[in-house]
Amino acid sequence: MTVKRHAERVRPNARQVRETLMRIVFLVTACISILAVILICIFMFANGIPTIAEIGPANFLLGTKWKPLNGIFGILPMIVGSLYVTAGAILIGVPVGILCAVYLARFCSKRLYRVLKPLIDLLAGIPSIVYGFFGLVVIVPLIQQLTGGSNGKNILTASLMLGIMILPTIISVSESAIRAVPESYYEGALALGATHERSVFFAVLPAAKSGILAGVILGVGRAIGEATAVKMVAGNQPILPTSILSGVRTLTSNIVVEMGYAEGLHREALIATAVVLFVFILLINLSFSALKKKEG
Amino acid sequence: METNAINRESRSERWRAYKRRPLSLLLRLAVTLSAAVTVFVLVTLVAYILIKGIPNLKPSLFAWEYTTENASMLPAMINTLTMTVLSLLMAVPVGVCSAIYLVEYAGRGNRLVSLVRITAETLQGIPSIVYGLFGFLFLVVACKFGYSLLSGAITLAIMILPLILRTTEEALKAVPDSFREGSFGLGAGRLRTVFRIVLPSAVPGILAGVILAIGRIVGETAALIYTSGTVAGVPETLMGSGRTLAVHMYALLSNGLYTEQAYATAVVLLVMVVGINALSAWLAKKVSAKQR
Repeated sequence: MTVKRHAERVRPNARQVRETLMRIVFLVTACISILAVILICIFMFANGIPTIAEIGPANFLLGTKWKPLNGIFGILPMIVGSLYVTAGAILIGVPVGILCAVYLARFCSKRLYRVLKPLIDLLAGIPSIVYGFFGLVVIVPLIQQLTGGSNGKNILTASLMLGIMILPTIISVSESAIRAVPESYYEGALALGATHERSVFFAVLPAAKSGILAGVILGVGRAIGEATAVKMVAGNQPILPTSILSGVRTLTSNIVVEMGYAEGLHREALIATAVVLFVFILLINLSFSALKKKEG
Repeated sequence: METNAINRESRSERWRAYKRRPLSLLLRLAVTLSAAVTVFVLVTLVAYILIKGIPNLKPSLFAWEYTTENASMLPAMINTLTMTVLSLLMAVPVGVCSAIYLVEYAGRGNRLVSLVRITAETLQGIPSIVYGLFGFLFLVVACKFGYSLLSGAITLAIMILPLILRTTEEALKAVPDSFREGSFGLGAGRLRTVFRIVLPSAVPGILAGVILAIGRIVGETAALIYTSGTVAGVPETLMGSGRTLAVHMYALLSNGLYTEQAYATAVVLLVMVVGINALSAWLAKKVSAKQR
């Protein structure tokens, strides 16, 4: 017996070879996503960082003028634009999204839920270009009428559209966070004499805080990274916005609008814009995983 | 809500209770209103596009050749199909195999597992325009693929990889350990156990993830504009440029002359996505029914 086992070890049979081979194949494929992240980082940073250095970090990040034809590349208007539009989307999408999640998890009847849930899932699946189109043909004229005179493509419009777009993300993440809260929290509050509403809002909701925050962060990531839809409704003027009704250009739409014809340093500057966006997203991701770690 | 069944109260009783507690009434109103607003927006969006779009669905929109007069979307639909198949061919084997490694092979506390998980999360968060620029720099310029379906498909494959990896991982984890133990007990090796026992029972879950990925591919624009380009026809080889349906719609809108055709394209996109979603939900339901 021992002799035979020894022989097997020395001369592995076909099955063992196959096992080892496939193990290596699986290991290699598992490394592909790591490789992809490394490649993306290398290509973005290797192209972007030298450009930022050439333009000057201060001139690039804090410059208020974007005049590619004159060789002036300041992306502060775009950074501010991205921040404004994202903040607007949060102001619109987060309260509605969380309240809607509360409704789905705690207020609606089972029969209604069976109708509403697929609807929300559908909202999540609609391509961003369709949202952009909806923004262009419905929200833009609406804002135009309400404000009178303006062309309707501004921070408010973009925020509204993005707010609608991030709704499903926030709703579904918040809903599962609310559902994950132990039933005893709710029952305890009820037993202390609180109404259904008070129990949900002051006992259940605070316990789901970190999960809901994770949903909000995901939504922020989606809003700040959206390109084509925002481009259609934001107006795209590369100037510092003066009011909620002035047109803005975001970091993403800057790339979409000009990449098609940009050359030389101009193109490099657009790639550097993407690097800035990339860093923003990495920071958001970091805070997201930190939050998850805290939760888990 | 089983709790409601216990302390069921009549409507008048409830109203009296609300009168005494205005905050509760306010909260309830806010919650209901938000849900109503969400549903209203969604229904408006879908209804608006259907009502405006369906009358614009003309036969000329489905002509074989794209011309500036007919703005046919058929070539774009064919490109979408090619792009979907090509991206899935790349992403699904890699995603499924990585998930197999993470779940079936890697031991507990393996460093690689947490590293892959972090990278998958990172990939999932990267905006599509950054993918687009990366694809442009890496595939179009550095690899000299040019604007081509291949460049676009590789970019999309990287983009959907984390989605497939995560869903497959979940599906594999949901397979009970008794299945594996039984298989090992009968003398099957690890590989045979994975392919004959674990993977078949995880198929519906994996498929649900794949279908979600198809939804993303079909709806993607920003990652494709600068990788697969915006040529309106069907390219002869994979190395040629061609636009998918979503990019087609983007191009029509950027042009500004084709609003009617854009409505029609939006309808087709919407119907496709709804179909894809329904299929995925149905599969997911099947999975959870099986687990119970």
